[in-house]
Amino acid sequence: MKNFNGKILFLDRSDINTDEIIPAKYLTESTKAALKPYCLEDLILEGFDPKRDLAGKSVVVTRANFGCGSSREHAPWALECNGIDLVIAENFARIFRQNMFNCGMLAISLDKEKIDALFREFSKEDASLEMDLDNKKFTVSGGGKKAVFDFEIGDFDLDLVKAGGWVSYVDARF
Amino acid sequence: MGRTVAQKIFDAHEVARPGAGVRIISLDRVFCHEITTPIAINDLVSIGRDRVFDPEKIKAVIDHVSPAKDSKTAEQGKTLRDWTRRHGIRDFFDVGANGVCHAIFPEKGFVRPGYTIIMGDSHTCTHGAFGAFAAGVGTTDLEVGILKGVCAMREPRTIKVVLNNSLRPGVYAKDAILWIIRELTVNGATDQVIEFAGQAVSELSMEGRMTICNMAVEAGATCGICYPDMVTVDYLWPFIKEEFPSKEAALAAYSGFLPDADASYTRILEIDASCIEPVATVKYKPDQVKPVRELEGTKVDQVYIGSCTNGRIEDLRVAARIVRGKKIAPGIRAILAPATPLVCRQALAEGLIADFLDAGFCVTNPTCGACLGMSNGVLASGEVCASTTNRNFNGRMGKGGMIHLMSPATAAATAIAGHITNSELFK
Repeated sequence: MKNFNGKILFLDRSDINTDEIIPAKYLTESTKAALKPYCLEDLILEGFDPKRDLAGKSVVVTRANFGCGSSREHAPWALECNGIDLVIAENFARIFRQNMFNCGMLAISLDKEKIDALFREFSKEDASLEMDLDNKKFTVSGGGKKAVFDFEIGDFDLDLVKAGGWVSYVDARF
Repeated sequence: MGRTVAQKIFDAHEVARPGAGVRIISLDRVFCHEITTPIAINDLVSIGRDRVFDPEKIKAVIDHVSPAKDSKTAEQGKTLRDWTRRHGIRDFFDVGANGVCHAIFPEKGFVRPGYTIIMGDSHTCTHGAFGAFAAGVGTTDLEVGILKGVCAMREPRTIKVVLNNSLRPGVYAKDAILWIIRELTVNGATDQVIEFAGQAVSELSMEGRMTICNMAVEAGATCGICYPDMVTVDYLWPFIKEEFPSKEAALAAYSGFLPDADASYTRILEIDASCIEPVATVKYKPDQVKPVRELEGTKVDQVYIGSCTNGRIEDLRVAARIVRGKKIAPGIRAILAPATPLVCRQALAEGLIADFLDAGFCVTNPTCGACLGMSNGVLASGEVCASTTNRNFNGRMGKGGMIHLMSPATAAATAIAGHITNSELFK
């Protein structure tokens, strides 16, 4: 199972689509690792610099409908090869969300109020997250503050994360 | 409690319930193209599982970059081609026989009411036009689909969109779906199925229904579904006539996948179709939609007619009627990409290709290329494209480019005028 702890990248926008996460012109690459330099290259977000802002981050916290658009699994792969295995959002586009779990990554949906609180309290800080998957909660700390958030995750999604993805899950059971 | 279309299809395909609210369903079709499939193939090879669950149920096509534009895309095509040969996948459409996946697969009769279909392409929702459950998936779902013939899906919740009355002349399926997406918003149908019902939908051809279902994903939907009726049966008849004694018998069989009268919906959206007018998108999200009359005069650099949304024969007929005997505006470039070789052949036979060429269009082979900025019509930074495709995302057709989505009629009129304009002016 992956490690979901680390520093947080806050992306303060809704409807970030998979073309923004990884543009189609890079879909001709034959390895996941080749996507690394291009992650979030076309993101429309004021003040965002992908090279500078992605460095050293392990978690993305964002708004609603993250990963909408194309089915490309290159989107989670581009995040994964930049060290990001966990995205927290109000909600996710279905295919993106499934792709995350299918890769053994985590896509956690939180109420708008909790997302607002995360942005309000921690987006200006050098914040980091510590995951406690067994108890379905995580702790965020930064700027001398600390907060614990509960979340929900379905049994099947949890099984996928523990199995390391859908291929290993299926292989063991079907 | 009654069942929706998707629930009935899931009931008929259920393999397992791996957790609350999730079902593993068996697949009738796994469609493949050369962009998202090769990594699945390579992974299956690397883990020692280079097998396919059923070569008859797997269909493959090269469409996103066709013909290959460089070594990398050539390798992707080769990986797919070699794999289809290795596993006896007979329905593989290589360069020359190939077309845009969501146009060529229905055209070949591969989709039936009640089917379950996945493909590594978000616009797989198009095939719901036949009353099927068809969902775009990522490469890992595709990989497992290829290997095991199953896919995990969350229990379907459904929105019903009812288009009452008829579309006005000069208003097309594309206008209707952009109108609906504006109502629903890009997040309004996320992780849900949309059933499209009502008089205006039943009056659409299969081409029009595919246009509507194609863009269901732009509201976040897993699949758009139209109810099978005699229009569906007529379209499918060449492929199913050995299976049924009559069209009526086919329709009776397919009616098993109609929703129950007391089926439960999360939302029912009723729209008076006669109020819909020609529209186009503005900015970078498909729910940012305005009437064409408010965009009148917006300058464009390129016009693109094609794609899995609007590259079918009916679309070409509508556009050709507008450009016939006229020239595209100076300073504009216009590109037509018929979606399949059959569409191209029909358009040739009907004289439509000549209409486009005479008007000054560049007519390309069938490919997805320009729609996602991969080939055959990529925009330069700062350029504006009037396009019949499905996504106006930032950089979608080329870094720094801007896209206005619209119907083939509006696109054709825009090519002639040199700026966005209503096709009614060219009647």
